[in-house]
Amino acid sequence: MTCKTAAAPPRRLRYTLVLAVLAAALLAAGLAGLVLGSVRIPPGDVLRILTGDAPAGPFPTIVLDVRLPRVLLGAVVGAGLAVIGTVLQALVRNPLADPFLLGVSSGASTGAVMVVVLGVGGGLATTVSMPLAAFAGSLGALIAVYALARRGGTMTTGRLVLAGVAVQYILSALTSLVLVTSAQAEHLRSIMFWTLGGLGQARWHTLWLPALVLLAGLALLLTLARPLDLLLVGEEGATVLGLDTGRFRAAVFVLASLVTGVLVAASGSIGFVGLLVPHAVRMLVGASHRALLPVVALAGAVFVVLADLLARTVAGSQEIPVGVITALAGGPFFLWLLRRTTRTEGITG
Amino acid sequence: MSGLSTGPGTAPAAPAELRTEGLSYGVDGRHLVDGADLHVAPGETVGLVGPNGSGKTTLLRCVYGTLAPTHGRITLDGRDLAGFSAKERARRVATVPQDGSGAFELTVREIVAMGRSPHKRFWETDSADDATRTDEALERVGVAELRDRSFAALSGGERQRVLVARALVQQPSLLVLDEPTNHLDIRYQLDVLSLVTSLGTSTLLALHDLNLAAYYCDRLYVLREGRVVAHGTPPEILTPGLLADVYGVAAEVSTHPVTGAPTVVYLPPGAAGGRSAAASGTAGRQ
Repeated sequence: MTCKTAAAPPRRLRYTLVLAVLAAALLAAGLAGLVLGSVRIPPGDVLRILTGDAPAGPFPTIVLDVRLPRVLLGAVVGAGLAVIGTVLQALVRNPLADPFLLGVSSGASTGAVMVVVLGVGGGLATTVSMPLAAFAGSLGALIAVYALARRGGTMTTGRLVLAGVAVQYILSALTSLVLVTSAQAEHLRSIMFWTLGGLGQARWHTLWLPALVLLAGLALLLTLARPLDLLLVGEEGATVLGLDTGRFRAAVFVLASLVTGVLVAASGSIGFVGLLVPHAVRMLVGASHRALLPVVALAGAVFVVLADLLARTVAGSQEIPVGVITALAGGPFFLWLLRRTTRTEGITG
Repeated sequence: MSGLSTGPGTAPAAPAELRTEGLSYGVDGRHLVDGADLHVAPGETVGLVGPNGSGKTTLLRCVYGTLAPTHGRITLDGRDLAGFSAKERARRVATVPQDGSGAFELTVREIVAMGRSPHKRFWETDSADDATRTDEALERVGVAELRDRSFAALSGGERQRVLVARALVQQPSLLVLDEPTNHLDIRYQLDVLSLVTSLGTSTLLALHDLNLAAYYCDRLYVLREGRVVAHGTPPEILTPGLLADVYGVAAEVSTHPVTGAPTVVYLPPGAAGGRSAAASGTAGRQ
């Protein structure tokens, strides 16, 4: 009893502190995202533009119509990918899950590209039919990877990673094939967007759907925090604690695919966000989902806004795909995690 | 810290009556459990004994619901378990699963608090009452000092006790335990078995150690190749003849002067008198 009253307040304080620091970091990164770019706009001007006191010249357009939607989309996509990574890790009960690594993002790209190239949906293509096709693609990829990795009732890290990589390669190749053979130069140029991601196409009208889906998805997942926690103790453990694991897993698969599909349709497949962020955040606030998910969302937003800032400033006027930055940060982390995970699996059998 | 206190927070639900009738479970035509009839009266502690591969674990898994029987039925207070939802069953039946570890770092307290899940809507947060029950179970099993540690970092024995605490938090009317004393030091074996048998909950448990089974169980069922070959009170069951028959070992059984329970001493092959003693006593055979 004494240790309860002594231990609880510092943990809550620490949690609030983590949230506050991340919120401040998101604001700062967002502001930097509005200030920096091919043209540097003084912070004072940016603040005046944001408060409606616009100076003359091209700055208001750059800030309000180009950079602001881009920063916001970066935050939405980062939060969403990190949250989905967290959830996928619980679903397959493996720390190496990530929408990109499991081929889910590639599946979404393939779906979206089919719509772009085949022109299905006409004028609706960009807003509705493309995210829908991306959702179908990511769900298909997720089911395929899960089935391939789980043969025989168990799922080892090796099988999961191999199945994910294989599906991801096949789908990326398919995406490239469709784009290359489409005979339209703009499609060919978009290969980089679909396979490495990019936030350069962010506009207000491409922002609302991802934002809405992220908020709804996050709210829903927060109500599912308890069953998500139960998945962490394994199939048998969750079942004896009263969770219908088959039905729950299927429902969350659909939800994760939907969110991934919508995000990828807007930003291409940006990798490693869903791997890196959940792990870093678990070290700060623990693995219990009710506490974990809001912090993961904030941290994911900060991560992608910063990565995008680097992507469009580090090489002068030449923009680097944001997925290159996230992969440079996440790849080495993945290798470290792989080494650690397979080592513990070796010990415990 | 292993003292076993009692408290209102972990007061058990009314004990249930369990019956299995002609319970069978088979894979590819091979019967792992074959027509088992079992009865646990309310509040009774019933032990399942038998050699490795005799079907104890499979039978228990059918009862706690991770396997569906291929034939026969299981009833809890007369109601067929097949008609229970996963959650309904988890409110009545608690167990300590063998695979309790996780890849992620949940704390001991978070793991134990999960025992409240069957009693909650999935979006509900834990109440003050849930927190009290969780803390009391931690005290009761003697793992309170581990509460903020990572479950994944515990030793096998510590994990086992934490999962027993979680089963208590579930407030079951039937406890199903598969080798609950695995990995435990002898002191904790006695602590855990004393605890679960003092709860007043109906308990069905598989035990390797026949002396512990003799001391703690009201009745024993002996399984061999998926079939119940004997059942009765420990003195009826634990006889040299049955031990020779089922386990293929020579043993001497005496009544312990202090505990009053049958005590089994195994005789190594070739030890004097072992073989001849194995010829007598088959009480309770079916």
